[in-house]
Amino acid sequence: MMSTTFLLKQCVRRYCLGARQTLAVQDRIRDKREQANLGGGVKRIETQHKKGKLTARERAHVLCDPGTFTEFDMFMEHTCADFNMEKEKYPGDSVVTGKGLINGKLTYIFSQDFTVFGGSLSSVHAKKVCKIMDQAMLVGAPVIGLNDSGGARIQEGVESLAGYADIFQRNVEASGVVPQISLIMGPCAGGAVYSPALTDFTFMVKNTSYLFITGPDVVKSVTNEDVTQEQLGGSKTHTTLSGVAHKAFENDIDALLNIRDLMSFLPSSNREGAPIIEAVDPWDRDVPVLDGVVPLESTQAYDMGDVILGVVDDREFFEIMPAYAKNIKIGFGRMNGRTVGIVGNQPKVAAGCLDINASVKGARFVRFCDAFNIPIITFVDVPGFLPGTAQEYGGIIRHGAKLLYAFAEATVPKITIITRKAYGGAYDVMSSKHLRGDVNYAWPTAEVAVMGAKGAVSILYRGQTDVKKYEDEYVDKFGNPFPAAIRGYVDDIIEPRATRRRICQDLDALANKKLTNPWKKHGNIPL
Amino acid sequence: MVWLLHVRKLTTSSLLRNAVPVAVVNPRRKQLWADTIYKTNPIDPAEPTFKKILIANRGEIAVRVIRSARKMGIKTVAVYSTADSGAMHVEMADEAVWIGESAASQSYLVMDKILDAVKQTGAEAVHPGYGFLSENANFVKKLEDMKVKFMGPPAVAIHGMGDKLESKRLAIKAGVNTVPGFDGEIRDEDHCLEISKSIGYPVMIKASAGGGGKGMRIAHNDKEAVEGFRLSKNEAKASFGDDRILIEKFVVKPRHIEIQILCDSHGNGVYLNERECSIQRRNQKVIEEAPSPFVDPELRKAMGNQALDLAKAIGYTSAGTVEFLVDNKKNFYFLEMNTRLQVEHPISECITGVDLVAEMIRVAYGHKLKFSQADIPINGWALELRVYAEDPTRNFGTPSTGRLFKYVEPRGEGIRCDSGVREGSEISVYYDPMICKLVSYGATRNEAIARGKYALDSYVIQGVSHNISLLRDILTEKSYVAGDTDTDYLPRVYPKGFTIPKLSESHMDNLKAVAAALEASRYLRLKVKESSWDFVVSDQENATAVNISKLENGFLINVEGREITLPTWDMGKSTVNLDIDGETFILQIHGRGRNGPIWTIGFQGSSYDFKLLSPYAQTLLDIMPQPKLGDTAKELLSPMPGVVRSVVVKVGDKVFKGQEVCTIEAMKMQNKLVAGADGIIGEVNIKEGDSVADEDVLITLK
Repeated sequence: MMSTTFLLKQCVRRYCLGARQTLAVQDRIRDKREQANLGGGVKRIETQHKKGKLTARERAHVLCDPGTFTEFDMFMEHTCADFNMEKEKYPGDSVVTGKGLINGKLTYIFSQDFTVFGGSLSSVHAKKVCKIMDQAMLVGAPVIGLNDSGGARIQEGVESLAGYADIFQRNVEASGVVPQISLIMGPCAGGAVYSPALTDFTFMVKNTSYLFITGPDVVKSVTNEDVTQEQLGGSKTHTTLSGVAHKAFENDIDALLNIRDLMSFLPSSNREGAPIIEAVDPWDRDVPVLDGVVPLESTQAYDMGDVILGVVDDREFFEIMPAYAKNIKIGFGRMNGRTVGIVGNQPKVAAGCLDINASVKGARFVRFCDAFNIPIITFVDVPGFLPGTAQEYGGIIRHGAKLLYAFAEATVPKITIITRKAYGGAYDVMSSKHLRGDVNYAWPTAEVAVMGAKGAVSILYRGQTDVKKYEDEYVDKFGNPFPAAIRGYVDDIIEPRATRRRICQDLDALANKKLTNPWKKHGNIPL
Repeated sequence: MVWLLHVRKLTTSSLLRNAVPVAVVNPRRKQLWADTIYKTNPIDPAEPTFKKILIANRGEIAVRVIRSARKMGIKTVAVYSTADSGAMHVEMADEAVWIGESAASQSYLVMDKILDAVKQTGAEAVHPGYGFLSENANFVKKLEDMKVKFMGPPAVAIHGMGDKLESKRLAIKAGVNTVPGFDGEIRDEDHCLEISKSIGYPVMIKASAGGGGKGMRIAHNDKEAVEGFRLSKNEAKASFGDDRILIEKFVVKPRHIEIQILCDSHGNGVYLNERECSIQRRNQKVIEEAPSPFVDPELRKAMGNQALDLAKAIGYTSAGTVEFLVDNKKNFYFLEMNTRLQVEHPISECITGVDLVAEMIRVAYGHKLKFSQADIPINGWALELRVYAEDPTRNFGTPSTGRLFKYVEPRGEGIRCDSGVREGSEISVYYDPMICKLVSYGATRNEAIARGKYALDSYVIQGVSHNISLLRDILTEKSYVAGDTDTDYLPRVYPKGFTIPKLSESHMDNLKAVAAALEASRYLRLKVKESSWDFVVSDQENATAVNISKLENGFLINVEGREITLPTWDMGKSTVNLDIDGETFILQIHGRGRNGPIWTIGFQGSSYDFKLLSPYAQTLLDIMPQPKLGDTAKELLSPMPGVVRSVVVKVGDKVFKGQEVCTIEAMKMQNKLVAGADGIIGEVNIKEGDSVADEDVLITLK
């Protein structure tokens, strides 16, 4: 009897306590969530906005399809107890992580929160980032990092450094497995720069983003150079001079919307083929504009961009590194709805020659396409490698070999169109038949030869006076696509206007191409 | 001197070798309306004629001549410069002869090369088209010596009419009304001032050898007279190789009305009624029409008879045009006679049913005209809208160059396109920037205007700027519709220059609905799960909330409360006709930009950009920093690609806003560039003879 009453009483008490407890917990959850959503607080958000920058969460929401971004680890807090840090804690700490849909496709996102400790990287920050990267790898979805961070959390010491390394390790493991994109939307300095550097594409926002190993102050004290942040690591520096960043955008929104466009070209992981969307641009249309693009004078320049825009669906071409090594053009387009990677020499700049920067730019892009099953279309108009001491001392042999390596190694469908010059070693390099090119075409204006007439005649007929006659002879012999065509090094000579149709047909034929390289741990690309 | 000429028989293999596209002529091509208009004197296949003729011209007029020659069973020879080696006229001709480098002065203007081409191909006659050698008496003389027929008047008539001073004397002698002016050649700037003052401003300064508005300037005061003299002289030299200048009274508010005549070598002549060409910019015609809304039968007869009197007095044969200025009291004055086929001949053909080119060929062969004045009808109304590759918002037209990556001409009843280009053609700096002469024809003037609007709306031109927006706007402008035009029309109607007309709010909203449908379709193609979207669609000025939902066969779109239903359409096509609220919209979808979600839609000749953001992103837009704008007034940019003809300032010079600083020549036009602000010249990046590209910084101010 007693015991029954006691038990009953106990139950009632516990029940009342439980309800109160639950409600209290719910309140706490709500409070914490609200607190997390405010990051470093209203004041810091205002400062962020005043700089023309969005907050970490705003960025994630703009990047994703409306209403699809869901956040992880909003309650994680830093664990540092030194320097009075235990008194200042923000739920979620200095990074927002989560997943969302971009054009309907699952994508993992981390977005550094500058309003919390200047976006500095704590061990918890790193753990959050690693968590979503691990999951992205598990399910095969891209990772996009929005960088806006002052650097390491100095108070945490080596824990912060360990956090960086944990991220680097994952960047490397994910490389070639899921697409990784970095968008620099604020400072990114010191060791932090190596995470973007390891990802597939790095983009920047003009005027508000910086990337450097050491800032202007340290530069001054070590090398005595006077340099501004913008000069040292601004978007212009990295998109035109260093080649560290692949493109710069006007502002945060512009950048995020452009990334959304880029993502529409990419597969979610290396387990998928290149995305195919429903095409509206007729795949078999003639492109008369291509007939006149190559000037009749073989010394005259033209814009390979006109060729690319003429060929791809709806004239949509997402160019990568448009401001760096402009003598080669790279980017994504679609052919009959299927994503392709396009590489083209640009005769308009430095006659379209291959130099160190162009080789490296092309090589990295080709390897990205190969890693993610994206067919490669190559437009060739190359007079050769750029001569000179600057290039030789800079290691053009080593760097040129990268592009050669990349094309040779690639097992995705490779279609090559020689629009005009294909001279010397550069001919071999540019996705030639000999590097397992699947379909190689020549336009009627193609000239495949060891070198141009002038150079050749000066060697073949050294000391002869009637140079003009020999040059004409040489041009007659090599200044056309026949020498390559009769040997089967080009599969056909096609009318420029038919190029789009032919490529689309070939891509269909090559859709089930199976080619594997010999087993190896990994190749040894000449880095 | 023997020119190295290269004659091409146009076969597929040679085309491939020369990297020129193969002509795709579809034998089952539907007959165009333009082929059906020649009813007055249909071609008689039994009538003897030339076996082979050469066309000493390029572009649309060469194509035009080849068309008629073909119908008559005559073989044609085209001549071409390097730049034109893939051109339409070259492909259409049976034979083609290369005559030199791209610049006209090295090809189309080089008489000996053309004469050699005639010899080499054995052509029996030469059609000169207009411009180039068409009014060169010397050329005609040489052909006459070679016993090759010239499809135009005899050398002596060309000589008489080609010189403005001489022509005026001849006109007076023939009893034709003329404008008061100085009867002689102007020696220098001082002489120019003296004469101008004595005639009284405004005066017209023009090249004696001129035509087509080249080398022509109007001056209202001494300053303009000196400037005009210099520019006209330079232009005259560049265009005609003859820098003689003359001056006459400038008739105020005149209409430009001209009489088309046609004479045979047997003393017969008819006038094919008038054309009104009042709508001009810088004395170049933009819109012409036939008949003129201003001319009554009596005036027509008076002008026609004077024109024929002049023709008879000078022994004229072939087609020609006598230009008159007509003041508001219907007084008319002789302006000049063009001894060739005019650019705007198609409108006369449309209303009279006479094939002028065929008649020129017949007359040159020696045939008599088969019709008399009583047989020449006026059937309906025809407008010629000159579509130029130029930006109409800059000085009513600054040339634009480029390649036509998308080009679709309008078709249909009452629509005729005389052009020498097609998709893929290049509009280069070497020649006139005219893309096409779009002729619209109707039973009445209003019908012709309505068809003209329709044709302009469906005309797809991408790759160069074009003036369709201006042409379209004129067709809707009140005084034009009323027929109230004069040669001062453009500056009068657009005193601040032409600007892209502002669309009504509801039209703008309709375009926004279409932009939303385009973006939604893109999402659907990307296989997203949603079927309804909220966008904020922005044009240059306003942001509008748009909700769009996918329906079975289209979209339901809510634009700020107004519901619009759009069907799905074939988005691979460059134009689409959409019915919205009972109105038909002819839209051109130019595609999605290369900078995110921005769709460009062409409507009524103008392009509009629409940016589509999610409502969330829109709310954040204010945070974004405003893009920094450069101080453009301090930098003088080249408005077009061209060659620097003169630089009249040097570093350190003080200049005032509007002061001339340099002259750029493009497409044979001298364009005076002026300082955008008061200041001191900081940098001069150009010198005479330099080639400059569009947007190059030429001169900067400190």
